[in-house]
Amino acid sequence: MMLHRKLMAGWNAIWVIRGNLSRRAYLLFALSGLLLPLAAWWGISVSGWMDKVFMPGPLDVLLRTYTWFKEDDLTGDIWISTYRVLAGFTLSAVLAIPIGLMIGTYRPVQAMLEPLTDFIRYMPAVAFIPLVMLWVGIDESSKIAIIFIGTFFQMILMVAEDVRRVPITQIEAAQTMGANRGEIVKLVIVPSAKPALLDTLRVTMGWAWTYLVVAELVAANSGLGYSILRAQRFMQTDKIFAGIILIGLIGLTIDQLFRWLHRRNFPWMYKK
Amino acid sequence: MTTKISIQAAHKTFGSGDKAIVALQEVNLEIGSNEFVTFVGASGCGKSTLLRCIGGLESLSSGSIKVDGVDINGPGVDRAMVFQHYSLYPWLTVTENIKFSRNLRAGREDLTSSDVEAASGRADALINLMGLNHVRDAYPNQLSGGMQQRVAIARALLSRPQILLMDEPFGALDAQTREVMHDMILHVSKLEKTTIVFVTHDVEEAIYLGQRVVVMAPRPGRVDSIYTVDLPAQRDQDMKLAPGFLQQKKAILTRIRETAGMRTDLELLERMTQQAAQHMQ
Repeated sequence: MMLHRKLMAGWNAIWVIRGNLSRRAYLLFALSGLLLPLAAWWGISVSGWMDKVFMPGPLDVLLRTYTWFKEDDLTGDIWISTYRVLAGFTLSAVLAIPIGLMIGTYRPVQAMLEPLTDFIRYMPAVAFIPLVMLWVGIDESSKIAIIFIGTFFQMILMVAEDVRRVPITQIEAAQTMGANRGEIVKLVIVPSAKPALLDTLRVTMGWAWTYLVVAELVAANSGLGYSILRAQRFMQTDKIFAGIILIGLIGLTIDQLFRWLHRRNFPWMYKK
Repeated sequence: MTTKISIQAAHKTFGSGDKAIVALQEVNLEIGSNEFVTFVGASGCGKSTLLRCIGGLESLSSGSIKVDGVDINGPGVDRAMVFQHYSLYPWLTVTENIKFSRNLRAGREDLTSSDVEAASGRADALINLMGLNHVRDAYPNQLSGGMQQRVAIARALLSRPQILLMDEPFGALDAQTREVMHDMILHVSKLEKTTIVFVTHDVEEAIYLGQRVVVMAPRPGRVDSIYTVDLPAQRDQDMKLAPGFLQQKKAILTRIRETAGMRTDLELLERMTQQAAQHMQ
């Protein structure tokens, strides 16, 4: 009876709105969130409800990943895809951060560029493929260009929003201390927006990966996205699964890397 | 007492056409050197706008604000400002926040190396004066609201401004912390010989701190009346209970209520009560 009451109290305690969770309980929930779908997947595959062509089991996928690695060039595919994503992403970050900074800081720049960006970002990146092939050709740069188109315009608007969120009093305090425009941008706006900017980069990095398959539609003969597309042609469902999961895992790793960078670079945000 | 700030026929209008709001109308005021002037008034009376105009963060629609007889032109290092909150830089430590203006060109102009050395000593002195020694390497979000405002004041004082503009700086603090801050800022004003212009919605605070209390009235924002505070220069918390203090507080509160048109609100409340009573029947 006592134990029952204790369990009930513990159960109620973790469902407090915006409550706390011990590290152990957190890990338990996080692991079950990952393992339960995996178990369900495995269950379905061994039950024989679905044909293996439609739903290969975890083991089939693992085996396929192994043969992909052994007999095909999995490492090369991962490498080239990562390269394309990083190149497209970096290019768009290098351009979007200064442009977004200007939009968020100066009203004329905002008036001139924001409606235009809003307009372009609704255009489907996939539809640009024929144009990209025409203008950029069919080599590596065309894949990078598609990823760039998919992320760049969204990134500009998100960076501008991050910059606009810098509290006006931080800026005005600098003004009353005699800071000029350049100093305000360099010493207040940029450092103040940095944590939000890193988060924006983390989110847009995810989008860059989702555009990979689209990018590798363009005359590619290597890469994870390309391998998924080719596996589709030969009905190699297990390989499709493997490719999708690999992209997910790489994404997860990069995401964690961004979070680690955040904690490392902005310790003041984590001290209370 | 020599005049430090001179406000002449100051007008400020926000917006234009039908939507224009007159935030300041015909404000004329002289503030003396090393004077402590407080501004109170109902919301919308333009007290914060006037302060921001003196600080150069807003510009007047017409009229002029002069400091030492010279028209102001935008913000300047001679007029430091302390805001109610969110003005500290959370990525900098307490010491770095206080020394922030040292990174600015305006603070480095024609400085000799001995000046730089003196400035470093100045930061230390301010840290001591504000009782921030034990938190000098902490980040702002590790500090209480009161401590954060001490940092903001120290930062504003670093470059020895002649004028300190304070926009409800203690408005977000609890009553006890506020009392401590009052005596601290009075001490600072004496020590630094700074002219202080202080905006608040707390009449008690206004009388306790100010040598003069300026009451402003809303719609349009204007100076309504000015009260000279008749308290010993060396303030002490018990004075807040003295009959003279309470009398003045009552007079000012009454005046603010009159300018705010509180009576219409009471009428509205009465009407609502009557309506509710009818529904109940």
